[in-house]
Amino acid sequence: MLSRVADNLYWMSRYLERSEHAARLLDVNLNLMLDESTSSADRRWRRVLAALGNPPNLAWSGDAYQVAQILTFDPGNRSSITACVAAARENARQVREEISSEQWQRLNHLFHQVTRHKPNETDDVLPSDFLLAVIEGVHLIQGVTDSTMSHGEGWHFIQVGRYMERACATVTLLGLYHREFWGHPDQTPEASEYLEWIGLLRSCTAFEAYCKVYTADISPDRIIEFLLLNPEFPHSVRYSIDHLQRALEAIHGEGGKRRGAQLTRLAGRLQASLSFGQISEILSQDVGAYLQDILRQCRDIHETIYELYVNYAIQTALAG
Amino acid sequence: MGLAEISRFDHPVLHNYLVDDAYDETFESPGKPRPHYAPLLETFSSLPADEIRRRKHSADLAFLNQGITFTVYGRDEGTERIFPYDLLPRLITSAEWNRIERGLTQRITALNLFLRDIYHEGRILSDGTVPREIVYSCKHFRRQMRGLQVPRNVYVAVVGSDLIRVSSGEFVVLEDNLRVPSGVSYMLTNRRVMKRIFPNLFRRQGVRPIEHYTQALLSTLRSLSPEGRPEPTIVLLSPGVFNSAYFEHAYLARQMGIELVEGRDLVTHDNVVYMRTTTGLRRVDVIYRRVDDDFIDPLAFRSDSVLGVSGLFNAYRAGNVTLANAFGTGVADDKALYAYVPKIIKYYLDEDPILNNVETYLLNDSAQRNHVLQNLDKLVVKAVGESGGYGMLIGPHSTSAERQEFYDRIVADPRNYIAQPTITFSRAPCFIDDTLQPRHVDLRPYVLFGDKVTIVPGGLTRVALRRGSLVVNSSQGGGSKDTWVLNQ
Repeated sequence: MLSRVADNLYWMSRYLERSEHAARLLDVNLNLMLDESTSSADRRWRRVLAALGNPPNLAWSGDAYQVAQILTFDPGNRSSITACVAAARENARQVREEISSEQWQRLNHLFHQVTRHKPNETDDVLPSDFLLAVIEGVHLIQGVTDSTMSHGEGWHFIQVGRYMERACATVTLLGLYHREFWGHPDQTPEASEYLEWIGLLRSCTAFEAYCKVYTADISPDRIIEFLLLNPEFPHSVRYSIDHLQRALEAIHGEGGKRRGAQLTRLAGRLQASLSFGQISEILSQDVGAYLQDILRQCRDIHETIYELYVNYAIQTALAG
Repeated sequence: MGLAEISRFDHPVLHNYLVDDAYDETFESPGKPRPHYAPLLETFSSLPADEIRRRKHSADLAFLNQGITFTVYGRDEGTERIFPYDLLPRLITSAEWNRIERGLTQRITALNLFLRDIYHEGRILSDGTVPREIVYSCKHFRRQMRGLQVPRNVYVAVVGSDLIRVSSGEFVVLEDNLRVPSGVSYMLTNRRVMKRIFPNLFRRQGVRPIEHYTQALLSTLRSLSPEGRPEPTIVLLSPGVFNSAYFEHAYLARQMGIELVEGRDLVTHDNVVYMRTTTGLRRVDVIYRRVDDDFIDPLAFRSDSVLGVSGLFNAYRAGNVTLANAFGTGVADDKALYAYVPKIIKYYLDEDPILNNVETYLLNDSAQRNHVLQNLDKLVVKAVGESGGYGMLIGPHSTSAERQEFYDRIVADPRNYIAQPTITFSRAPCFIDDTLQPRHVDLRPYVLFGDKVTIVPGGLTRVALRRGSLVVNSSQGGGSKDTWVLNQ
């Protein structure tokens, strides 16, 4: 497969995952805002902005609807849902011949749906229908991808992009909530904080899955354990890294054995540390630093993928 | 509503259908359709206008969702448009097609011999059949190609010639496109969409298939592989996603199952071309290139090109890679050289041309130039190296200021222009505003030349959608129709 194609598939997938994450985050927070005083809105929206990587040119203005509108519709803001969908499509367009027609048509459909949507400016209703349509559109594309595209190298690069983005998003959210709401583990959270922790679960589509494991007994340490270490829940960090590592192994298998020892080591180490890590140990140390370290490892893996498959020097390739 | 009714000239759907001196593809005389159009018109007239609109809408949506679009430059929003097309197909009878097929085969064979000759011995130039200065002054002549041996002596492997039908009903060649002809993907996708909206009509009319085009293209490219490379790696080289024909590049690559590469995906080393893959560098043997000569190798041609591959020309010269089409083929579709094509056919094949040219005035001949300058209001003037409908003066539709401008330009640089009588292309009915209205059409069949000549039966019928307009180019408000070559 062409290196450029791998690059495009990886980013197509990341941008799709990013738009879905942003849509859900906005939907959950717009919803929670209905139940709260205006004073805590300030903290909430600063947190949402931080979870989306503090988009440049967008400061918290005090108007949640305005911020949500920008994060949803502004094509000029690179973090907006519209911009993410457009970027995913632009990447797909450059590898039009590599993906299935069904995939392209779904993605193209989502793109036209998103860019042609005209928000009603006089009306401050939640763009909830719109956000759900985006989430649904991304789910459709993922389903179509799995059922119409050969599960070869290209598909594996799509998996790498998707789980890389998802792991980073979940870790970032965990870090923000931990910093803001972590009190004493044995102390029951107040009602307002209780809602926030549920918000965190919902932001990761994890509320129902969490209740199945722990019942509706909401406690911060269990939430962190669930979102970090659960091996079965698709948005947990461990699940994401497991799948990331598996996809990398599949790509590596096709790419010959001698290259890529470094990448195998980095991904394997992160995967092992999450598989064998224990929540009590993690919570007894500096959780913020621990999460930061996971993000750093993800970044290293990303860079090593690029060195190995995309931006390699011609001389080394000729020698090999 | 049956055929009997639509045949009446006062039927509402034909309300605006006026006949003039142009050949009409569909009607022999007002209200009297040509026999091979009868089943088509019958089907169409049996459909209520609402139903036609609904089918048109569903086809538009199919084009949009499949991303079958072209790029309009210079606009911020809506930069992608679907290529407008008309629901009514254009029909060509089997007898008409046979003549086109033989004529194009003859023409492309002669032009390949001509290219081989001018880049080697230059016999035709020494004999004075074609003047040297016409060839050497052409901006697409590449002296780098002198003496270079190309596989099978095939310079032009992919051609899209523009034919028009004149008042007598005869098809003539308006121009040859020997560099990087485009549009074939619209021919293929138009057909797919039409089959979906009018399945019954296809069965009734007996239409010859065109779907094997991409396979034929692939085997043509394979037949041109460098010596000693029996299992060639073939790629399609595109300028990239910002090119207006990008959809077509991606479409063809996917249909052929070959890699779509851009200049930045290719590297050369020791005169061998490689592409960058996730498993390392992989050798490339045949490049179907959709990048113009000028931009393909910054070392050999334009040094400011960022679309090209440094060292590609040397690899080509070394015989390690084949490019289709070869470099320097544009000299043979120069509009001034066009006037010599009948002589070229006679010279190499000793045959009379099967498809005629449009009469052409060469402006570096003083007698012809004077005639043209005095009759600018009746003639069409074209710049020789331009395409896409740019750089043209259509005399009868021009203002005196435009004519003065061309007068001055011709006097300043006569070699750069040719003139032709204003020809009224044939017209075909189009479904516009719920009525059938006549619009001018041309025909671009696609010819493949490798170990044999392949012409899929059909081509792209381009339509000048503006009333009375003679410009069919998509960049200037043109659209298209599906083209059906009938079994009988």
